Amino acid sequence: MDYRSPGSVRDAVELLAAHNGTAHVLAGGTDLLVKLRAGFVAPELVVDVKAIPQLRGIASDPRGFRIGAAVSCAEIGEHAALSAAWPGVVEALQLIGSTQIQGRATLGGNLCNASPAADSVPALIAAGAVCEVAGPAGEREVPVEKLVTGPGRTSLARGEFVLAFRLPNPDAGSADAYLRLIPRTEMDIAVIGVGVALTLDHAGVCTRARVGLGAVAPTALLVADAANALIGSKVDDAALAALAAAASAACKPIDDKRGTVTYRTKVAGVLARRAARIAFDRARGR
Amino acid sequence: MPKHHVTTTINGDPVEFLCAPEQTLLDVLRDVLQLTGSKEGCASGDCGACSVTLDGRLVCACLVLGVEAQGHSVETIEGMAKGDELHPLQRKFLEHAALQCGICTPGFLVAAKALLGRNPDPTETEVRYWLAGNLCRCTGYDKIVRAVLDAAAEMRRI
Repeated sequence: MDYRSPGSVRDAVELLAAHNGTAHVLAGGTDLLVKLRAGFVAPELVVDVKAIPQLRGIASDPRGFRIGAAVSCAEIGEHAALSAAWPGVVEALQLIGSTQIQGRATLGGNLCNASPAADSVPALIAAGAVCEVAGPAGEREVPVEKLVTGPGRTSLARGEFVLAFRLPNPDAGSADAYLRLIPRTEMDIAVIGVGVALTLDHAGVCTRARVGLGAVAPTALLVADAANALIGSKVDDAALAALAAAASAACKPIDDKRGTVTYRTKVAGVLARRAARIAFDRARGR
Repeated sequence: MPKHHVTTTINGDPVEFLCAPEQTLLDVLRDVLQLTGSKEGCASGDCGACSVTLDGRLVCACLVLGVEAQGHSVETIEGMAKGDELHPLQRKFLEHAALQCGICTPGFLVAAKALLGRNPDPTETEVRYWLAGNLCRCTGYDKIVRAVLDAAAEMRRI
């Protein structure tokens, strides 16, 4: 294995493209180093993307926020404006691992590791986040929900990697929330994760919603039926029950030691209802 | 594969070393630089025994490649005491008997120091969450948490 730390997007793309699938991107390394040591991956080349300026830092402009794909979760959590605008996204990414993991782990890595249980992903999907992707053909934008195609698999072509995430500025009356279920209070992998983002008008009627579900299918899901259950309602009990039913209906989970199919399917609805309620309360407070 | 020449700062001192690309920072600290205070527990980022700071951020040295230290600043347990004078956290760990076998202790101390550097007056809950990535399998956590809170109180008085 060789290691390179290019200083530009172009150099990184060239390195990744030239290695015909045997190069691996390194951001925070909290997944990759574990896989390297366990022998799950054996790349000829590791391309550390942390020295590329476009992957560092959090910027905001009238369009919204741009979060570099290699910014650590700890740094994102310390960004006051982003935390205020997208509390659900930030609470989701802060659930990833310990303090030590937070110091290294990145949004780019959490997404491209392509685990169905990645905590930040359902929240980013709910928030409508879009990835900036660089590659041999130039740059393109990909909605977060389109990037992962299956466990450990992404839609990135050879030579492509994620530069940054774009989040819009939330509209007035908007808020988001993320909840996950684990059998303990910290340090575990999601059995279910649910992100909800919604917008209320002056009368308290939900005009827009997005619901992201994690750990209940091969990829995190954008569940339009769940969002539609909220839109047009005042997020009352009937709407929340319809949301829960739609969330459960979208589940295609596995049975494993963390939860059975029946359990995950049922609890996905419960968590969706609770997350929507939190987002609703936050939106009313704005 | 040729080794990489890495220039870094460790505990305030400029340090150069050679390492293979797959060697972790923990491997380098322990096996190349003979800084064996950082321990290898799990080697997968779960136990925190190898906790160090990298540019002031608490990290697991087992989840950082040695080459990634290039141009950055690393602080390890070896930098904590000033000569024979223990850091208040080290003294309080002794006073509160917050260690038995000692394998987890360097990681707890480095992690606790990073906490108090950011938050000199943490609540017990904040201490417990901050240290959730440091595992102790013999002492139990109460004595460790009490030692950290006591050290914080003393450091606020100084």
